[in-house]
Amino acid sequence: MTEMKYQTKPLDIWNEGKALRQQYYENYAKAHEKGGIRWAGGAWAYSAVPAGLGDDVWSLTGEPYGASVAFNKEFAARCQEAIEAKGFARDLCAYLRNYLGSVVLDEYVFGGKFPKPDFMWTTHICCSHAKWYQIASDLEGGVPYFCIDVSTGLIEDFNERRREYVVNQLLDGIDWLEQTTGRDYDDQKLIQAVYNECEATSLWAEICALNRTIPAPLDEKTMYSLYVFGTIIKHRPEIVDFYRKLRDEVQERVDNKIAAVGNEQRRVITDTQPPWGFLEIFRYLETFGVVSVGSLYTFSLIGAWEVKDDGTWGPRTTPQEQGIDITTRKQALEVLADWTHARPEWQHFYSAQKKSDMMLRIVREWKVDGVMLHYNRGCEGLSLNIAENRLAFKDAGIPVLPFEGNMGDEREFDLERTKKAVDSFLELLGVK
Amino acid sequence: MITAGIDFGAKNVKVVILDDEKIVARGSALTGFDLKIAVKDASEMALKAAGLKLDEITHITETGIGQGSVAFAADSVSEVGANAKAGVKLLPSARTIIDVGAEEARAVKCDESGSMEDFVVNERCAAGAGAFVEAMARALEVELGQMGPMSLKATEAVPMNAQCTVFAESEVVSLIHAQTPKANIARAIHDAIAERVISMVRRLGITEDVLLVGGLAYDVGYVDSMKRGLGVEVHVPELPEYVSAYGAALVAQERAKE
Ligand code: SF4
Repeated sequence: MTEMKYQTKPLDIWNEGKALRQQYYENYAKAHEKGGIRWAGGAWAYSAVPAGLGDDVWSLTGEPYGASVAFNKEFAARCQEAIEAKGFARDLCAYLRNYLGSVVLDEYVFGGKFPKPDFMWTTHICCSHAKWYQIASDLEGGVPYFCIDVSTGLIEDFNERRREYVVNQLLDGIDWLEQTTGRDYDDQKLIQAVYNECEATSLWAEICALNRTIPAPLDEKTMYSLYVFGTIIKHRPEIVDFYRKLRDEVQERVDNKIAAVGNEQRRVITDTQPPWGFLEIFRYLETFGVVSVGSLYTFSLIGAWEVKDDGTWGPRTTPQEQGIDITTRKQALEVLADWTHARPEWQHFYSAQKKSDMMLRIVREWKVDGVMLHYNRGCEGLSLNIAENRLAFKDAGIPVLPFEGNMGDEREFDLERTKKAVDSFLELLGVK
Repeated sequence: MITAGIDFGAKNVKVVILDDEKIVARGSALTGFDLKIAVKDASEMALKAAGLKLDEITHITETGIGQGSVAFAADSVSEVGANAKAGVKLLPSARTIIDVGAEEARAVKCDESGSMEDFVVNERCAAGAGAFVEAMARALEVELGQMGPMSLKATEAVPMNAQCTVFAESEVVSLIHAQTPKANIARAIHDAIAERVISMVRRLGITEDVLLVGGLAYDVGYVDSMKRGLGVEVHVPELPEYVSAYGAALVAQERAKE
């Protein structure tokens, strides 16, 4: 362990976050006991839309669920074997396999039987999304299923016509939700959910922006447990409230130079999902004073960003900050579509160059010394373009560690080999 | 000052002892299942050859797969770091050092002082490493040592598409059944493995001079494939499988002076 330079302490809000997450999975599992509704869909689903059905509507989003399964290696292996035995290929999205395996086994990773949703509500940008819930629907005996195509290209090209394409699907979706659940739809609840989602995702960007500080107030391993709210219930008031408190605490850490890693001497970023069962890699780096301050993934899977007047990235100005008064269903959906489709993490589905540019921006603005690139065999979507990104870093003279693995399938990750590669990277960074 | 470097390879453990920067002894032993026994055997061999006792060695640095398993090693260095150090010592103009061992291939780009600038390590599959050649020699039913000279006698380039050892083996069997001369198959195998390593090294950018080290550098057929594939001269030092251990011993010299 290298010498401590900064004061460090755990986050005060940590246990509150843990409880909130636990509550979320419990709310979903027990929704029916209180007459509530359950739906399942992707982490990028337009989750604010079903909120118009009532406050007792709870969701289970597949990717964070798949990651929670991955963290439990024994259960993950059983899930993968179960779904592979049904003929699903090993090179499919690892979250999808973990989720579907859990359905097949009829086991919920948090205990008990797998809670069957009342409907599926999802979006489609990665090739796995729509199929995922279509198959889940079949496996669960024909659960009603609605999918919205959001593959509308780069945000620069998101014109009136493209927005209308999305909004019309959402309008149809609302009719479908009413028919499927037999409930009346409340536009006021939708409007509030849109405001909440915009604020929550902008707040997350603000929190990540604070990590530009040296020493970094947060390390990426901790951030993984915090961004997750934006992938499960980003439209709910309790998340806005949680992120406001978190932002205040992180600001306080910045003001008082409280570090995530007391011996910080080098800063790195990663790129996409980590191998969830092996987060110890981050702790290993920290023994040498190397802290991962984030990634394009951690910052912008949910974070809403914009380029500020000084040319740097900052939290996106929310509709409420802009004084936009949302009064109709259609307007709410338009605002939400504009907000959602600008998400940086969606842009690199269309452009390797754009992804490299965003990552290079993070390197510059977050004062990063090196980059770890996970050739993640478990995700066809977010691992797009990694080889090209590597070349961009190489051209910019930034040390890079590419390593192979899988975010959710430990059979494709070799801890010892990766640690050896990390050792070489540490030497390259001049800390070992 | 006497220092030593220990390299834990997948197949052999190698030890190099230095008096200042001069190599005074080498030792090696099969890695087997018990690393401690392999290290003991290799160290004893080297110490005996040097006429030294263990406590006369000022600093020992280890490298390779089993780092941390030798109680008497002071510290460790990565294989790419060790190769960069040793490579420049052996060939001062070397800037790209490619190391192909039994289970791994790696390459390092370095400056004139032997400091690492960038590196690549092969993916999890052994199809880019020496184990692949061994498996293919078995499929061809020839001694491993014959593969190189046989390959140089090839009269025709036969394409091999397989990217992995398992598929390559069935491809070799098909070639045998198609009555393809063994020499041509041997060359196809060397070309296939060289191609994989070269595509990996190209990610670094090839900066001359290129030095090839590791056990596979003994295989003249493979060296020839690398030369043709890279389109540049490929230098091979004496006793190429000891280069990482030598580099570790050089690092030990530096660290002992710190
Ligand atoms: S983006 Fe990756 S994690 Fe998400 S559905 Fe596609 S393959 Fe799975």
